[in-house]
Amino acid sequence: MTWLNTLRSAGRARFAELGFPKVRQEDWRFTNLGALERTLFLPASPASALVAVDALPSVTPSHRLVFVNGGFRADLSAASERPDGVIIGSLAAVMASHPALVEAHLGQRADDAGHGPLALNTAHLADGAVLYVPKGVYLDKPVELVMIGAGGHEPLSWHPRLLVVLEERAGATLIEHHFSLGDGAATFSNGVSEITLGTGARLRHYKAQRENAAAFHLSTLSGRLEHDACYEGFLLTLGARLSRNEVRLVLAGPGAEAKLSGAYLLRGEQLGDTTTVIDHASPRCTSQQLFKGVIDDKAQGVFQGKVLVRPNAQKTDARQLSRALLLSDDARIDAKPELEIHADDVKCSHGATAGDLDEDAMFYLRARGIDRDGARALLIGAYVNEAIAEISSEPVREAFEALADHWLRS
Amino acid sequence: MSPAPDTADTLDQVKSFTDQKYKYGFVTDIEADTAPKGLNEDTIRFISAKKQEPDWLLEWRLKAFRHWLTMEEPKWARVHYPPIDYQDAHYYSAPKNTPLKKSLDEVDPELLRTYEKLGIPLKEQELLAGVEPTIAVDAVFDSVSVATTFKAKLHEKGIIFCPISEAVHNHPELVRKYLGSVVPYSDNYFATLNSAVFTDGSFVYIPKGVRCPMELSTYFRINAANTGQFERTLIIADEGSYVSYLEGCTAPKRDENQLHAAVVELVTHDNAQIKYSTVQNWYPGDENGVGGIYNFVTKRGACRGVNSKISWTQVETGSAITWKYPSCILQGDNSVGEFYSVAITNNYQQADTGTKMIHIGRNTRSTIVAKGISAGRAQSTYRGQVKILPKAVGARNHTQCDSLLIGDKCGAHTVPYIESRNKSAKIEHEATTAKISEEQLFYCRQRGLTPEDAVSLIVNGFCREVLKELPMEFAVEAQKLVGISLEGSVG
Repeated sequence: MTWLNTLRSAGRARFAELGFPKVRQEDWRFTNLGALERTLFLPASPASALVAVDALPSVTPSHRLVFVNGGFRADLSAASERPDGVIIGSLAAVMASHPALVEAHLGQRADDAGHGPLALNTAHLADGAVLYVPKGVYLDKPVELVMIGAGGHEPLSWHPRLLVVLEERAGATLIEHHFSLGDGAATFSNGVSEITLGTGARLRHYKAQRENAAAFHLSTLSGRLEHDACYEGFLLTLGARLSRNEVRLVLAGPGAEAKLSGAYLLRGEQLGDTTTVIDHASPRCTSQQLFKGVIDDKAQGVFQGKVLVRPNAQKTDARQLSRALLLSDDARIDAKPELEIHADDVKCSHGATAGDLDEDAMFYLRARGIDRDGARALLIGAYVNEAIAEISSEPVREAFEALADHWLRS
Repeated sequence: MSPAPDTADTLDQVKSFTDQKYKYGFVTDIEADTAPKGLNEDTIRFISAKKQEPDWLLEWRLKAFRHWLTMEEPKWARVHYPPIDYQDAHYYSAPKNTPLKKSLDEVDPELLRTYEKLGIPLKEQELLAGVEPTIAVDAVFDSVSVATTFKAKLHEKGIIFCPISEAVHNHPELVRKYLGSVVPYSDNYFATLNSAVFTDGSFVYIPKGVRCPMELSTYFRINAANTGQFERTLIIADEGSYVSYLEGCTAPKRDENQLHAAVVELVTHDNAQIKYSTVQNWYPGDENGVGGIYNFVTKRGACRGVNSKISWTQVETGSAITWKYPSCILQGDNSVGEFYSVAITNNYQQADTGTKMIHIGRNTRSTIVAKGISAGRAQSTYRGQVKILPKAVGARNHTQCDSLLIGDKCGAHTVPYIESRNKSAKIEHEATTAKISEEQLFYCRQRGLTPEDAVSLIVNGFCREVLKELPMEFAVEAQKLVGISLEGSVG
């Protein structure tokens, strides 16, 4: 396919020009990719690693696509019945079966210039996942993407691309699990997601990342919401040595709504970066963000959240709250919430806090006979669950609570 | 319901200035002694020679200038302006016949009239017998200080309040010890330029245990055309002392932009306190964005001692462009930093302002209250940093940034950086942006206020938290300014 080759070579050229971002770039001032850049990664070949199907996480009966080191594994995936016109499949397969659809959407959302990792993903574009839901169809079973990293003796990298298109009034739920099988050499997962929501479409998109301590995880999501479309997103970050979730949503049609939340639980020498840009480009849109971090040992949390309100986006309602809990003397948090507002009839606010557990609450629990560790676990658990409570899908909420709880108790 | 007296005053003032928005826009016709245009080592030697400076200071200036040549103008602030030609300005301009050691009687009457017109009292004898003076003034006219009042009275208490060029001669040990100790000559592009070419400014030293009996004030006036003003202020509060310092500034109306790049350094030792208030009213340019001052200022205070405190209060209404981040370095344990700011931008004004609070010592505390008001086509940005270093056990910060938008062509932006390296530190940051509520306007209109009066009333209420931090004389003036700056922004 010539258009695909053109896209790839454009990505290669752009990456050659940009390279990996440096800390002197404003968007990357807190996240140093030096260690990533110094590692020589080999492109992962379609992995033949043995993965037991029952080792896979599953929330509910679902359409499941499994990828190992970025390559699609049909043997592990479960295709189930789907309504007419719905397309769920690996990018490579859908490119073969529906080339026009893929050509029309690929690279449309994520063509922002000036972003090195994104260009690198485009340069290596080969596989990934596609979810297409036609007009008026509501997909009741969630779609699960299981992204497994199986490190070998050499550092490996992969660059999956996720394409989601929901036509007018379509609806779907998408769950992403990212985890590693065992330990091994460093891995680098550099994913890009492109999401298009038509008029009145609704997408629920939940992601849990718990890769191992040798993993680098970069993820760039770019979405566009038309008139009255609604995006609900949640990012649970537990793993990886260095991770960054970058989410850019354009509220392009009037009345569009974005709800974006997340929790990052970091320990050891992990760095977890959450960067969001909500672009209010149309009137009467709302955005709500809640992010909570728990940072222990020598870990570093980064939160950068920008809300942009364009000149015509009157009646915008944008809220954002970022909170960080520092549990050790060497833990650190860098937060940069940002408002850029060019319209006057708006309500915009952000808040950011950083600190240790509330001494009064600790005392309250200790006074009731709960030991120090128990009281801490209780308070941290409640603090994290407040963010997870934003997830509207009950089975996902319970599954994510269990993951966070497991992290707290380990 | 009749408005509170000061509000009523504001409303009257708004009316009285309808035709005369910037009342300080006149030019004083006075013969000046001016350096040739251009910026090179000779300019610096010229300035240094004019001030009969010692060699160490000239060397320091030259070191700064050579460093400046290697630097690039910062581009990160949200302000836009055509490139500045640094060679196309005079770096020194002083009224002729100003002897270096002057008494008030020797000051040119034309200058005294200028300050009278600006509402600044330069005559000590006018005070009523038996009434204690409340304010001492250092008047800086273009590149030199032309008069300083109550010097003798302050001297009785051991307080030094004089032009910095005089301090270089009379108190070289103090100047040498502290100059550049808070803002080093290599700090940033504009501070480095200032270090090379600074001409005058105030020097204040409050000795141990002395509470300064009156407000100290410097009034900066740009008069000459095509001149930059580069003043340098240095205030040292020794152990257990206290001083409240006010700064005011105005400039004539001109179509050309003029550069003002000042540096202010504050130092507090154990248990000392400095309260620094600014009402910045440089010429903002006309309603089409022509003319106005480029105000690129570096202000920083170091709380060196335990329990010391530095408090910045600023009301920024003037200047075409404001680039200013008064900061506190909280080194001493239990030291306190405060920043209260109102930034009002109208027409084509641009303001990028905020603060930095660097917490180094234990139990250091900081408070930031920033209010931004944008009208017309103005752009106003709050940019601030709160940084807690690992040793700052028990540090505490609270930040509140509110923006008010008047009209749909302006912008208000908030860019805070929050960096914590200590778990026991507590940081809270809140920011909101909204427009003047229709309900509040309706309520005021219903009670017979015109739209402009209503806006002025509401904006004054919005800024109240900051305005109440100002010393009384300034608070009244600031309230008036708030109303005047927003002239023509509604309707």
